[in-house]
Amino acid sequence: MAELTDLSMLEAASALRAGDVSSTELTRACLDRIRAIDGDVHAFLTVTDDLALAQAEAADRKFKTRPGEELPLVLGIPIAVKDVLCVEGVPTTCGSRILEGYRPPYSATSVTRLVEAGAVILGKANTDEFAMGSSTENSAYGVSHNPWNLDRVPGGSSGGPAAAVAARMCFAALGTDTGGSVRQPAAFCGVSGLKTSYGRISRYGLIAYGSSLDTVGALARNIADLAPIFSLMAGHDPLDSTSVTDPVPEIRLNGADLRELRIGVPKEYFIEGLQPEVETAVREAIDAFRGMGAEIREISLPHTDLAVPVYYLIAPAEASANLARYDGVRYGPRRGPGKYPDDYFVTRGELFGDEVKRRIMLGTYALSAGYYDAYYGQAQKVRTLIKQDFDAAFKDVDLIACPVAPTTAFGIGAHGDDPLSMYLEDVFTLPANLAGIPGLSFPVGFDSDGLPIGMQFMAPHLKEAQLFSAAHTYQSATSWHTSWPEL
Amino acid sequence: MTDFDPVIGLEVHAELLTRSKMFCGCAVVDSTAAEPNSSVCEICSGMPGSLPVINQRAVEYALRVALALNCSIAETSVFARKNYFYPDLPKGFQITQYEFPLATDGWIEIDDPSAPVSSKRVRIRRVHLEEDTGKLVHRERHSLVDYNRSGVPLLEIVSEPDLGSADQARLYSLSLRSLLRYLEVNSGDLEKGVMRFEANVSLRPAGSVELGTRTEIKNLNSFRALSRSIEYEIDRQATLLRSGKPVAQDTLGWNEEQQITVSQRSKEEAHDYRYFPEPDLPPLHIDETWVEQIRADLPELPAVKRARFMSEYGLNAYAAGVLTAERSTAAFYEAAIESSQGTSPVKIANWLSGDLFGLLNEAGVEIDQSKVTSEALAGLVALVETGQISAASGKAVLDVLFAEGGSPESVVEKEGLAQVQDQAAIRLIVEQVLSNNPDQVSEYLAGKPALSEWFVGQIMRETRGKADPARVRTELDAALLALNDQEQSQSGR
Repeated sequence: MAELTDLSMLEAASALRAGDVSSTELTRACLDRIRAIDGDVHAFLTVTDDLALAQAEAADRKFKTRPGEELPLVLGIPIAVKDVLCVEGVPTTCGSRILEGYRPPYSATSVTRLVEAGAVILGKANTDEFAMGSSTENSAYGVSHNPWNLDRVPGGSSGGPAAAVAARMCFAALGTDTGGSVRQPAAFCGVSGLKTSYGRISRYGLIAYGSSLDTVGALARNIADLAPIFSLMAGHDPLDSTSVTDPVPEIRLNGADLRELRIGVPKEYFIEGLQPEVETAVREAIDAFRGMGAEIREISLPHTDLAVPVYYLIAPAEASANLARYDGVRYGPRRGPGKYPDDYFVTRGELFGDEVKRRIMLGTYALSAGYYDAYYGQAQKVRTLIKQDFDAAFKDVDLIACPVAPTTAFGIGAHGDDPLSMYLEDVFTLPANLAGIPGLSFPVGFDSDGLPIGMQFMAPHLKEAQLFSAAHTYQSATSWHTSWPEL
Repeated sequence: MTDFDPVIGLEVHAELLTRSKMFCGCAVVDSTAAEPNSSVCEICSGMPGSLPVINQRAVEYALRVALALNCSIAETSVFARKNYFYPDLPKGFQITQYEFPLATDGWIEIDDPSAPVSSKRVRIRRVHLEEDTGKLVHRERHSLVDYNRSGVPLLEIVSEPDLGSADQARLYSLSLRSLLRYLEVNSGDLEKGVMRFEANVSLRPAGSVELGTRTEIKNLNSFRALSRSIEYEIDRQATLLRSGKPVAQDTLGWNEEQQITVSQRSKEEAHDYRYFPEPDLPPLHIDETWVEQIRADLPELPAVKRARFMSEYGLNAYAAGVLTAERSTAAFYEAAIESSQGTSPVKIANWLSGDLFGLLNEAGVEIDQSKVTSEALAGLVALVETGQISAASGKAVLDVLFAEGGSPESVVEKEGLAQVQDQAAIRLIVEQVLSNNPDQVSEYLAGKPALSEWFVGQIMRETRGKADPARVRTELDAALLALNDQEQSQSGR
């Protein structure tokens, strides 16, 4: 057998069932690999060795005591969790100094559902502070490095999870996607990343950034590995009033017939500034779908160019309220002279990073008396237009195919002090969040520097199953997802 | 000197008596008594990642109040975030209703028990749901924070500025308190902080329709503070206006020690709460059939009950007001009538609101905790009304019932309080008293009729109050008449 960590999640699950390997062995292999290479990659903020080995032992006991039973596919599988999802008793920092040392008293519903199914938690993966960023450069605990080229960013904000999966330090990882934070790092790191429909997976225990945009997602080495993770996490949660009660669809991965599939290609997503190699790879992938029988149609999503301004009003407005609780009174470090309100100013002033403060100020301004209608109110109206673009498009097509990001992974520091140019990195991913629809990012090639290129599928609200079957059919016929960085 | 009309509006915050908090499963506890931070979870303490879920029972309670206040119920209402920083506010925002409240446009008639007929209709602008904050406990060099109260369901009831005096404001809040208790959604224990008031006060020249600049008095926790602070504020504003000075728009506090209002912040530093719809809660849709169910289940409300007590039991407005102020009192009264088999409801009302209330107040006991049952009170009144015991004995029996419980008949028997009704026995005592007091008899016969009252007193003392006074008088009059006849016939001889 090759290295244990080279297995895909489903291969590892088969090996566990065949008795060829134990969860403890898989877990030790991951922990060893983290120890060996994470000094270079810096995907993890916290590694939970003891917790992981205890969970692995428990999983092994289950395999022994209940042989032949149909056990969850994640049982005994080591995964990483983005550090914005609460894991009871485990440091959860959101990549921020303001939550340094904070150990939540409860676990996120998404995490609980996986842990109850027997998944093994290896640790907490790096993120831009409060998920605000596209590169992990905004993490207060240092940037993560792209395993394909350590001088490049892994994308963000789920850069830690993407790098951990790409570098085979875990079999899958939980991420969150508020504006592209699962899909873009998946593309940058050459892995598969799922952004679920808004409301599909409980946000309970996802530390809020933009509440009306935040979604829980997952990253893995291929589409098939994502399916069981999605199925376990999805479904109504009484603790999240915005989680939908619709039944969770069965994900079928048995080589769907693509001849019935209509794929829309939005002309607004192939714009100036799109790296030519990205466009070429995406168009080739679309051609591959045509070759498998899918009908390809050019479509228009006319309000696409408004997604960035709308997003950067709504998300910061919600964030300005969501981040008000970090005052040093109840948890996290407290700074200042020891009195109200001075401690608030000093704690928040010293412990929030620049990007977080920038967005809090943006959002505070957008909600201020006299400006609300012009900014937040107007943004909500345009958000509706963006949603309507998708509603109209999905009358004619089943899926929309487009690039995930305008470029492949950029260099660490490339966007320097220019937040606006960084914001434009999200131009193709923000619309799905504004519309609440699901998206899937998967590798479709490499650029001349050997960096992965991703393509994105978007589907109507709650139609994750369509994403899975089409993308899985593509991966069954191609091998981009089987290339791994040498590390 | 110019005369001014005060224009007063009230915002009343009432905690709802639900078992759990507004947005989480934590128990609602008495925040003045419970161990600090003993009923707290990740939601009501604002831990990162937690989310609110609307307490349906709190919505139901709020609807009860809104319907009882004759409001229109919004088919869809929206929770919003009200943003401000304070250590008792764990999320840095309060979830409340702002642009789209649960209910609007209602009214309540306020009853003045001292007035002949009830009478003033106060319009209700809006009724909405929100969450309470935690509480700060200040020590000498630091402050502690207790989140037991954080997230307790709070109902805000906002009146139109329809109140014209401190007294009307007090009566309005008393009526609301009575209503909330009737609806069993609030204990009415003001000392536990379950109702809090804010008053908007402005003055305008008598007869004018234009509103003057208003001030807002915050955090009033008792009826006394409410009326005192409004009175003070009316005087203060009147003095300013009379001397030609403007009233500054301001938020005020009430200084209990000095009995004055104190500025808390001026307009320049007014908060911008940056309200926006709470993205974690979908709009609240209220099902019409649910509303009708709640409406149908509403109890008889104080004003209606009061009118009925007047017409059905012949009570005057005052007595009806007193007996309907609390649902439990009214229920006790009607239970007493029920078991009384024909005793006058007015007499029962007198005994209840006079003697029994006196005992209850003195002992600080609620009527439903009283050892005097409604049946016992009815029995006692019947004993007095049928002359089986004297009114004086009745009070003594009530004292015993209040202290020990039991039935009035058994107390009468045990204490030997039954009136002596036996005519022969009374006659014997009358004759004995007359023969023991020959001097007084002579004086009486010599023309001092007032002495007959003295004889009654002597006879009552002899019987230790048990003789039926009416019979005593009959026998005494007969005996004295006989003596008089005797005297006349002797002198005529």
